[in-house]
Amino acid sequence: MTTPTTTPTSSAAATSGGPEAAPTPPRAGVTRRRMVRVGIPLLVLAVLAWLPYVPVEVPGLLPGRVNGPGSMQLLATCLVTAGLALGYDVLFGRTGLLSFGHALFVAAGSYLLTTTITAWGLPLPVAALVALGGTALLALVVGAVALRVGGIAFAMVTLAFAQAASIVVLRDPGGVTGGEEGHPFERGALPDLLVGVANAPYRYWLALGFVVVSVLVVTGLVHSRAGHAMAAVRENERRAAVLGLDTYRVRLLALVVGSTLGGLGGIVHALVLGGSTPHLTTSELTLSLLVMVVLGGAGSRWGALLGGFLYAYADARLTEASGSGMLTWLPEGVRSVVGQPLFVLGVFFIIVVSFAPTGLTGLGARLLRKAARP
Amino acid sequence: MSDLVLVLVTGLGLGALYLLAASGLSLVYGLMGVLNFAHGSFMTAGAYAAWLTADALPDGWSAGPRLLVSTVVAVVVGALVGLVVEVLLIRPLYRHHIQQVLVTVGLSLASVAAAQGVFGADPRPVEQPSWMGSTVTLLGANLPADRFLYVAVAALLLAGLLALLRYTRLGLVIRAGVENRTMVEALGIDVRRTFTVVFALGAGVAALAGVLYSQYAGTVSPGQGGSLLIYAFIVVVIGGMGSVTGTAVAAVAVGLVQQLANYYAASGVGDLSVVLLLALVLLLRPASLQGAPA
Repeated sequence: MTTPTTTPTSSAAATSGGPEAAPTPPRAGVTRRRMVRVGIPLLVLAVLAWLPYVPVEVPGLLPGRVNGPGSMQLLATCLVTAGLALGYDVLFGRTGLLSFGHALFVAAGSYLLTTTITAWGLPLPVAALVALGGTALLALVVGAVALRVGGIAFAMVTLAFAQAASIVVLRDPGGVTGGEEGHPFERGALPDLLVGVANAPYRYWLALGFVVVSVLVVTGLVHSRAGHAMAAVRENERRAAVLGLDTYRVRLLALVVGSTLGGLGGIVHALVLGGSTPHLTTSELTLSLLVMVVLGGAGSRWGALLGGFLYAYADARLTEASGSGMLTWLPEGVRSVVGQPLFVLGVFFIIVVSFAPTGLTGLGARLLRKAARP
Repeated sequence: MSDLVLVLVTGLGLGALYLLAASGLSLVYGLMGVLNFAHGSFMTAGAYAAWLTADALPDGWSAGPRLLVSTVVAVVVGALVGLVVEVLLIRPLYRHHIQQVLVTVGLSLASVAAAQGVFGADPRPVEQPSWMGSTVTLLGANLPADRFLYVAVAALLLAGLLALLRYTRLGLVIRAGVENRTMVEALGIDVRRTFTVVFALGAGVAALAGVLYSQYAGTVSPGQGGSLLIYAFIVVVIGGMGSVTGTAVAAVAVGLVQQLANYYAASGVGDLSVVLLLALVLLLRPASLQGAPA
């Protein structure tokens, strides 16, 4: 590894012409293109925001009615995961940083929120701000240290930091983190709107709000000077440095922004699920975020969101699908393996990495272009 | 005094397990540049293969031969799995390092889930020869006997690997490949075949580590390989990727530090200090990742 190699995902994104890389079209096309680019996300947002008013059953796809508490909770979890994947993509897809420690920041947001509320009795908005600020500070410190090295070494250093945090959380120092049991909110610690089965739609809107904030932040970042610098670092760091960019600061900025979004996700995750779980600290979370981003398509907002959403959905629903008798035609041994969501997702991931390196969105775009061409 | 001896011997035993788990990982990274997250899967595969074999062997056998035969079967199974994985998944992505890492990540997720589906998520007890559960009295300390087995196996493996690297043609190619892969290719040597052999070898050693780790834990479970893998990574990075001797030194150091800190400070401090040691080594000596001479 002596020569700098551009990551395959990034070079693929560049050649396939991601939304940011498209050449400027003629003037009449600009407004139409902009309308499509702003209109479609707004339409999707409107539909998603309206879902809690839809009393329809979608058998097979969702548990019970769409606005039932089961479906709302499931969709809220999917949305939080989608937002987390988007935050991780700022590092991996946009800047080419392979971090194995993203779980550290998600867990930091979650645990800082639960502990400040329980231990200090802070009101929720203040606690959320403290948790977010704490996560950003942690990201700044960890990033400043870890970014002194690059490539695989960076991945290992971040893994080490996250693993250290995971050990601390599991050992439960002073009874703060709750060890393996996690740290649930106490009764009355949260506003009534966020508690209870009947209020699932509010938690769903909260998760949707997190996704919207993440998309806005990432969009703003990508179109800023810093965003272009991040893309330059991803494509060829040495060249970016020769052009006069301070690549260390660019990478640090990407890490802090991505990790702070991760911390925000951790906060929302804690609110949606009613507490912190030690699962958030494990390297499996980071690995699954990586899987989501690559599945959906690295370096693309739709890709990361779609990957995260589908991953969380499949993770939750495949277990039920295997239990509900949909797979009874398979022999027992095969059924028990196929019924494991992570097995299906893992195999699917290997196939995507091997045959569709631009992910699902890249594949979709390629098919669309093929269809558009006569 | 007896406490110290006990802690030192258990630390050495743990270091021996780390060495077994890390040596294959180190060779594969040093030669091929593949950070193999599926290495834990090979360990788990070996552990389950040994468990199944021990179950299938006739009841008349005593536990010792059973363990021996099932270990041999496990190593063969591990090497075969490694061979298949290299040929089917790693080789097509030659020179795409990030994607190779991603494929092994997917493999590790899928294999843990598959093991859960087939054998269940609960740990299954493994059969242990009675002498391994007994203790040996040395310098006034009662030492668990199985630790000596791990140390002996690790020492044999280390000697074998070093001999392989030093005295065989394959070893020559590996040493040259770790140092400068492009040059070896330019000299007309088929490095790809060497990759396959080394990958299968590493997987076989990983399976051996998996069997011994399941003996150490007393059970076999789907997530076992993954939990050992983290420490194997730490050992490999501290020891210098691709260096077998460095890996051995690092494995012993990590095992001892972990046990000493866990015993004399507080439970958990050892695990933490080892992880922070990794960060420290990487930050102070980032070159340790670039592959030292094997």
